[in-house]
Amino acid sequence: MWQRLRQGLWRTRDGLTGGLADLFLGGKQIDASILDEIETRLLLADVGVDVTRAITDSLAAALKRNELGDLPAVLRALRAQMVAVLAPVQLPLEIPAAPRPFVILVIGVNGAGKTTTIGKLAERLQRDGHRLLLAAGDTFRAAAIEQLAVWGERVGAPVIAQKTGADSAAVIFDALASARARDLDMVIADTAGRLHNKRNLMEELKKIRRTIAKFDARLPVESLLVLDGGTGQNAIAQARDFHEAIGVTGIAVTKLDGTAKGGVLLAIARQLAIPIRYIGVGEAVDDLKPFVAEDFVDALLGVEP
Amino acid sequence: MFDNLTARLARIIRDLGSEARLTEADIDAVLRDVRVSLLEADVALPVVRDLIEHIRARAVGAEVLRSLTPGQAVVKIVRDELIQVLGGTASELRLEGQAPVVVLLAGLQGAGKTTTAAKLGRWLIGRKTRRILLAGCDTYRPAAPEQLKLLAGENGLECFVGAPGQSPVAIASAALQLAHARLAEVLIVDSAGRLHVDEEMMAEIRQLHEVLRPSDTLFVVDSMLGQDAVNAAASFSSSVPLSGIILTKVDGDSRGGAALSVRHVTGVPILFIGTGERVEELAPFHPDRMASRILGMGDVLTLIEQVERGADREKSEQIARKVIKGAGFDLTDFRDQLRRMRSLGGLAGMIEKLPLAQFLPGSAAAQFNDRELVRLESIINSMTPAERGRPEIINGSRKKRIAAGSGTQIQDVNRLLKQFQQMQTVMKRLTRKGGMARMMRTLGSGPPRGFRR
Repeated sequence: MWQRLRQGLWRTRDGLTGGLADLFLGGKQIDASILDEIETRLLLADVGVDVTRAITDSLAAALKRNELGDLPAVLRALRAQMVAVLAPVQLPLEIPAAPRPFVILVIGVNGAGKTTTIGKLAERLQRDGHRLLLAAGDTFRAAAIEQLAVWGERVGAPVIAQKTGADSAAVIFDALASARARDLDMVIADTAGRLHNKRNLMEELKKIRRTIAKFDARLPVESLLVLDGGTGQNAIAQARDFHEAIGVTGIAVTKLDGTAKGGVLLAIARQLAIPIRYIGVGEAVDDLKPFVAEDFVDALLGVEP
Repeated sequence: MFDNLTARLARIIRDLGSEARLTEADIDAVLRDVRVSLLEADVALPVVRDLIEHIRARAVGAEVLRSLTPGQAVVKIVRDELIQVLGGTASELRLEGQAPVVVLLAGLQGAGKTTTAAKLGRWLIGRKTRRILLAGCDTYRPAAPEQLKLLAGENGLECFVGAPGQSPVAIASAALQLAHARLAEVLIVDSAGRLHVDEEMMAEIRQLHEVLRPSDTLFVVDSMLGQDAVNAAASFSSSVPLSGIILTKVDGDSRGGAALSVRHVTGVPILFIGTGERVEELAPFHPDRMASRILGMGDVLTLIEQVERGADREKSEQIARKVIKGAGFDLTDFRDQLRRMRSLGGLAGMIEKLPLAQFLPGSAAAQFNDRELVRLESIINSMTPAERGRPEIINGSRKKRIAAGSGTQIQDVNRLLKQFQQMQTVMKRLTRKGGMARMMRTLGSGPPRGFRR
């Protein structure tokens, strides 16, 4: 099932970056140049300077203590370190039976893939037996409502919408009321893409979150941040600012079926410890996968498990 | 954008500033920090290496050693190198050939192509291109045609999205025919977002290119992209002959290293930046400004100005002398000040560069917009030199002409004149006390009250 993600990452071997596996197949000596190579590969995977440095420093220390005798040992140590960072945030989305409706508030910057993620998520959850409706909370972007409506039709879920320009919080409030009236299990709410440094738009998001609490303070809410897997270090700022605004409870990472590796997740995991729920590795509905730390690291490093 | 890199470089440069002379070891140490800064800014590693090598080659040598202030010289080298990678001077759309001239937009999913298509259309209208046709060839994303149609409608642009079931290539050739039939000057074609490793989709963009034979094939790219920007850019660049880049979401706070990467890999100029969600928020890309933003903050910008912008200082002194001589501060001088403000990156840019900017909430600077500055300048541009020198001759009929010429209302002209009068009064008072420095500070801190909306 990880074929697609790995395929994507393996492809990069022909391009600018090679998988780390090549490095170890190359039969190089264990010396400082190995660390340089590892540093390079991590940086190219968007792992970022801080985390990369932390990893290479500790590998260097282990090498000095002669704990790493051969190349497979270096690789194992590297993998173990990365898994150790990501394992704590490998927390799948859990949906309590009550109180209902369970709310998934989907947030993120423009073009991250929120609406597409909602479509895939809705299909997935419906298949799991949940009865849900979609709330067209992106009342700003042209045709965003139509886009969600198409997804609603595809997956057979009702879509609660108002006109473009309507108050997003009001739309979502309506959707909650409607879900309760129809006795549905959950509401997946779309929101307009917003850059995390726009204060007024983040205030609007806070209002949306408050409105949900106002509808029923006991409602379980998953504030799901959608990150574009191709985003570099700015993803940290996105996660931090959205988290500060409304408390992000889960992350979904999209567009990992290309050559982007999403290494910035390591930094986000270390700094913010927000659970990572899903990764998107393709266009099909089944390509929205639960996040598994070990598989993700293997794909990032380009090694067979 | 570039904030954190700016802060880092500012610190590095401040460290440098205290040195009397640079040794090679110093330069190495500085370059190590520059490397980290660039990587943190998401500049692609191969690009960082190139950049560092160029800077080293230029820094370790007579140019720096002979300089009286080595710190300044290194600042200048780093900045020059950034400008060079970003593309030297500002470039424009080609728009060559017989009408309809075709502009094709391509890029990854979520880069902002559709919004950019509408922005480009709007921008061209502003440049007196009357007949523009937008065509949407995204048959994959739900409601993509509706999005383009809505955006076109809101902005008075004609739009063609084909019929459901039509292939993108069929839509493109039909759009081209329609553009001919309607005597359109420019046909802007929005394509579906595609992943650069999707061979089928990359073949499709090649087909679109063959059918359309565009004068401009633009790669639309998200400024927040990380290391993968080089892979995407290389792949698009080898599939279709790109002629330019549009960098989107520049109003975010990403450090924007993707700009350097993409430009370096494709070799084509960055033409525009998207600076907001509204259709009018598309701005020409200025490599020098972007580089100054990377480097410049508070005292550091002043430093570079001293190295390079002697001309600007001369101009300020010229105004100062003029005012002191009692020759009066006229509308031409006012316009110079407006331009100066804009060339420093506009209000938001200026606020960023203030030493106190770091204490402002991150979003404060984003609240300002520069349209007011542009509006003011265009009002003054619509005046005759005589009117600029002696605003008192501007009567009702002149006001009417000025308003029409600048696309504003008579009230706008009145407001400008009133504010200008108040400013003149302030100037006179200041010169009496000899407070030239204070005047410059007043001018630099924002537009006169009442101009902000």
